Amino acid sequence: MSAVLDKTPPAHNAGGKPGVGSMSAPSVARVTRSTLAKDVRLEWRSKDAINSMLFFSLLVVVIFAFGFDPTAEESRRIAGGLFWMAVLFSTVVALNQTWARELRNQVLDAYRVSPASPASLFIAKAVGNFIFVATLEVLMVPLFVVFYNLRSLGPVWQLLLVAALSTWALVVNGTFFGAMSIRTRSREIMLPLILFPISIPALLTMVEATTQILTGESTPTFGIQLLLIYDIVFTTICLTLFSTILNAE
Amino acid sequence: MKPGIVIFGIVAAALLSYGLHAALVGAPTEQTMGDVQRIFYYHVPSAWTAFLLFFVNFVASIWYLVRRNPIADAIAVSAAEVGVVFCTVVLVTGPIWAKPVWGIWWTWDARLTSTLVLWLIYVSYLILRRYATGGQTQVMAAVLAIFGFLDVPLVYMAIRWFRTQHPQPVIGGGEGSGIHPSMMHALMWNFVAFLVFAGLVMWLRYRIELASRAIESEFAQRAVDDDLHGHMPVRSTR
Amino acid sequence: MPAVALSDVVRHFGRFAALRGITADFAPGKLYVILGENGAGKSTLLRIVAGLLQPTRGTVRILGESEIRNAATRTGYMGHAPLLYDELDAMENLRYFAGLYGIQDDSRCRAAIERVALDPGLTRRVGQYSQGMRQRISLARAILHDPELLLLDEPFSNVDVTSAREMARLLGGMRDQGKTVFVVTHQAAVMEPVADECVVITSGRLAARECGIPLHLMAPYAAQEPVR
Repeated sequence: MSAVLDKTPPAHNAGGKPGVGSMSAPSVARVTRSTLAKDVRLEWRSKDAINSMLFFSLLVVVIFAFGFDPTAEESRRIAGGLFWMAVLFSTVVALNQTWARELRNQVLDAYRVSPASPASLFIAKAVGNFIFVATLEVLMVPLFVVFYNLRSLGPVWQLLLVAALSTWALVVNGTFFGAMSIRTRSREIMLPLILFPISIPALLTMVEATTQILTGESTPTFGIQLLLIYDIVFTTICLTLFSTILNAE
Repeated sequence: MKPGIVIFGIVAAALLSYGLHAALVGAPTEQTMGDVQRIFYYHVPSAWTAFLLFFVNFVASIWYLVRRNPIADAIAVSAAEVGVVFCTVVLVTGPIWAKPVWGIWWTWDARLTSTLVLWLIYVSYLILRRYATGGQTQVMAAVLAIFGFLDVPLVYMAIRWFRTQHPQPVIGGGEGSGIHPSMMHALMWNFVAFLVFAGLVMWLRYRIELASRAIESEFAQRAVDDDLHGHMPVRSTR
Repeated sequence: MPAVALSDVVRHFGRFAALRGITADFAPGKLYVILGENGAGKSTLLRIVAGLLQPTRGTVRILGESEIRNAATRTGYMGHAPLLYDELDAMENLRYFAGLYGIQDDSRCRAAIERVALDPGLTRRVGQYSQGMRQRISLARAILHDPELLLLDEPFSNVDVTSAREMARLLGGMRDQGKTVFVVTHQAAVMEPVADECVVITSGRLAARECGIPLHLMAPYAAQEPVR
């Protein structure tokens, strides 16, 4: 099995040549930061992608609102589920894009031949996706509040904690399976097809935890712990197995 | 046909017959549910068999990733396919049992829901195997199998928590409910019978997989040795 | 010690054998041009040497390393696609890729761009350039960490003659500095002035190795007997 973090090789000075000046083994943190910065810049420059994603999220919320027209009390019970369903579908559309960008011009090859570690690539992509999806959520929340006349009876900081853990749960596996789906036919359908079953425990927990906070009935401590465990387990597995997937050609 | 398979088949048939007898005749009729309850002797052993097979798939997948041994992959795919079949049996017998007895087709209880999620995960595994391109199908499937199997305890915990918040009827009685010894007898014999039967089917599937690989290897080797120019290369459609 | 040592390299795609047992040693400090028909296995071979693809059988040693990843800092790769981000400009692209090799120094990026006869002050996004310009920037990306071994897969496809000649001249210059260069191409005529050796791949096998590029190999679309 591939090592967790591919060891970056030291720079060589082959037989008598002058030392290659400022080149040293690239640090994981640095490569991660520069890859993340590069992705943010690319996302910003091709604004059409962000705009269409934001609009798509808005559409999803509106369509769900047509499907369910509850009273204020009922809405607290179901808004959690609807919100995370809407996030899930928007996430899948977003995830398909971030890897598609690396396939254009085959630029992923340039990363793979370099000494930079696959782990850096994965972390950078996952964090980038997290930021992207979080941005979508920030847009969708006010819409939910408006359409469902929503007011949380539980503390908002708990909602934020659950949202952060839940978003990471979806994004970490989504980023991994997005990379896997590069090597498959029908790439766009393979990602949700693999992602949804594995995400079920996280989805169940995030919906239940959100609902408990919104209705104020209890503090979902076990739910938060379970999301944390899910995040830790799958982040570890993803980091361990990513280089196997990346180099599967 | 190898003699081992014939013997295996006879043993499986015998055990299944005995299990059927034990389930329908040998075991006493259940007090509250009546004869409908007998589907329990198919529902539960199928679940145990499926779970065991998925565990075999998990171990074989890890073995494959570490050693890249084609035998490991052949075991993995065989176990997954047979496991999905048994899992389907659980999901079909569940509602069949539940409707006459409890009046509901489905309940989100921990075991039934875990089985459903397990079924979804391994069906997605089989679909991935079919849709992957290039020679890395086995690697990617093995990776997904690891994700899937490690997901299972999390599924169980999530559903248990959900259920404590929203109590649901439990099919087949609570976890602490006792089982009459002669019912246990029928249960265990059916489990053994199912295991033997599953083993037989898996073995046959495994042999088909190895034969298929041998054919591919032969074609591949011929492609290397062949000295013809200008012939159209034959690409495998698998 | 050979720069690249191949031993019975075989690569399958399903039943199709793209490479059918390539055994060859390539001495360092030379410019090798790899020729052959479409589907002969040239790109497959180069991707295996670059470490992007694993051989089904056989061994590959790059710069003395059997683990190709260990030679990553000393190898540069260029494909027939530009391997650049369309929405970034040239310097931004190079800065990012330099970072992947642990190079934080902007001057190296500028030097690389100047070597391919382009202006570092260019701020247009790479996607807006012609293929010739993009391939030149891609070449700058491939050489900015001063690799000992340079691998180029069809670098001249859809590239204008001026850019192609410029790149060929640059590759010859790198060879003169002691680098080892492999170029897979159909445009043998462009490489002829600088080539040390040409390697002909036919149907996944090494068909011939010749000094320079003989005349009959410089017209790839003319009818010819397979080289033996």
